[in-house]
Amino acid sequence: MSEQGVDAGKRRFLTTATAVVGGVGAAFVAVPFIKSWQPSARAKASGAPVEINISEIAPGAKVTVLWRGKPVWVLRRTDELLATLDAVSGELLDPESEKPQQPEYCQNQARSIKPDVLVMVSICTHLGCVPTYEVEPSPQTMAYPGFFCPCHGSKYDIAGRVYKGVPAPLNMPVPPHHYVSDDVIQIGVDPKSGGKA
Amino acid sequence: MGSKLMGWIDERFPATQLWNEHIAEYYAPKNFNFWYFFGSLSLFVLVNQLLTGIWLAMFFKPSAAEAFGSVEYIMRDVEWGWLIRYMHSTGASLFFVVVYLHMFRALLYGSYRQPRELLWIFGCLIYLVLMAEAFLGYVLPWGNMSYWGAQVIISLFGAIPGIGETLTTWIKGDFIIADATLNRFFALHVVALPFVLVGLVVAHIMALHHVGSNNPDGIEIKKVKGEDGIPKDGIPFHPYYTVKDIFGTAVFLILFAAIVFFAPTFGGYFLEAPNFTPASQIVTPEHIVPVWYFTPFYAMLRAVPDKLGGVVIMGSAVLILFVLPWLDRSAVKSVRYKGWIFKGALAIFAVSFVSLGYLGTQPPGEWRTIAARISTIAYFLFFLLMPLYSKLDKTKPVPERVTE
Repeated sequence: MSEQGVDAGKRRFLTTATAVVGGVGAAFVAVPFIKSWQPSARAKASGAPVEINISEIAPGAKVTVLWRGKPVWVLRRTDELLATLDAVSGELLDPESEKPQQPEYCQNQARSIKPDVLVMVSICTHLGCVPTYEVEPSPQTMAYPGFFCPCHGSKYDIAGRVYKGVPAPLNMPVPPHHYVSDDVIQIGVDPKSGGKA
Repeated sequence: MGSKLMGWIDERFPATQLWNEHIAEYYAPKNFNFWYFFGSLSLFVLVNQLLTGIWLAMFFKPSAAEAFGSVEYIMRDVEWGWLIRYMHSTGASLFFVVVYLHMFRALLYGSYRQPRELLWIFGCLIYLVLMAEAFLGYVLPWGNMSYWGAQVIISLFGAIPGIGETLTTWIKGDFIIADATLNRFFALHVVALPFVLVGLVVAHIMALHHVGSNNPDGIEIKKVKGEDGIPKDGIPFHPYYTVKDIFGTAVFLILFAAIVFFAPTFGGYFLEAPNFTPASQIVTPEHIVPVWYFTPFYAMLRAVPDKLGGVVIMGSAVLILFVLPWLDRSAVKSVRYKGWIFKGALAIFAVSFVSLGYLGTQPPGEWRTIAARISTIAYFLFFLLMPLYSKLDKTKPVPERVTE
């Protein structure tokens, strides 16, 4: 022990300095632990594009393909189905598809490259359920053909545009895709020209 | 010989001191009633969950490819595996039964009031961790309801503006709910959260034994002490309440066993039918509902026609419990001496919570959405208006000593 007694100021400084250095160290050590929760290299690599032949899809029918682990619908819409797009637009939240839920080349009323072929990630924008495809409108669910989410009652029209007054905030997303040939679509890659298919 | 050994131990570890402080010389009010069974029962169920959980972890495979199969393996091939699994799944639901009753007891008798604010807050934290633990555990069997339940709950974080998307990917460890998600949920469910839970339970009991138990009269028994310094209305926890709790546990075990042996799925309320099919990325179950103990909050989420709004309401419904000690301005603690306003408010609150619980199990639509909205408003008004009505309420005089 020194003769001068305790230097309280020095002691406080040393305590604070030790705490700060220790805190910075802890923060740096925390980084690898937090970062380890990010998608691994293997998870990132599994996002390859997928191809589908649409000539096998009957008008009015849909098929589901998995792209990056998400279900993607390819739906052949009949003229009758397309005719409902105009009829419902007054009841929709974003009828002009202004929110960036689709590539630029699909920002049209049918939200597709070819009007009859809808390519859409079939995940409800509310909490991620898969909606049901309602071809025959029913009074309990909706007045026009479209998609109905059984989880929380969100409704979408036949182009995946969300109705007003339902929990889902956005239209269902259209993934990047393009036509490799007249009948084959590749999902996951934009058309080369950026606009035309 | 025995006392010599105890002396040897006590010089090295405060065994007798701990026993006396927390059991033999912990003086609890003599007027505990039915509602006071649920604290010790919660502890009992916790032990059940830890024990059966450790055993399940010996056979379960935490990978997307093997999880569902390994649960079926436990159910069919592991000797007595079905019993251990059903004890764990039934225990999870009954944990919430006893915890909800335990919390309602606190509401009835004002057990959250000064000086028990921290005791109450530790309790709220236990409830919060318990909900996380239950959710994580529900994902592990990797049934279709596990998968889509996880999808819905993780999406809730996506509603947070700005960081939502990044946060959900970080939680999932992939762009979809996948093997990585299941694997980390397993680690959290069996290692991280049980540690936190047990730590909080220790803090909860330490706080309780520091301030002393409340009672149905809401009277501080420490205010009237005998010459020996012992509260006149207190009786030692052991043997009086240990015996009472053993009786309660025996009755509880009869109900527990009846469910485990005769109705382990409890009509789809404890184990939901879609969870007996493996997880599928393409098919959502017809009707996604969480297990019953989450349905009140789930009904609130659905009642709000806005994603972020729904999440905020749901979160606030839980978080508002934390400030309850500062909302109640009544002159008395126990409902016994409160007036008709508080009694009415508590009754409306209880009815709205149970209604929300029911509505959350039903598919969305028509009148149910309206009913859920009304109940949500009632739930929040119980808390938000409490500073006003608890003060306006006409209370009765509180006696000096506890009543029989």
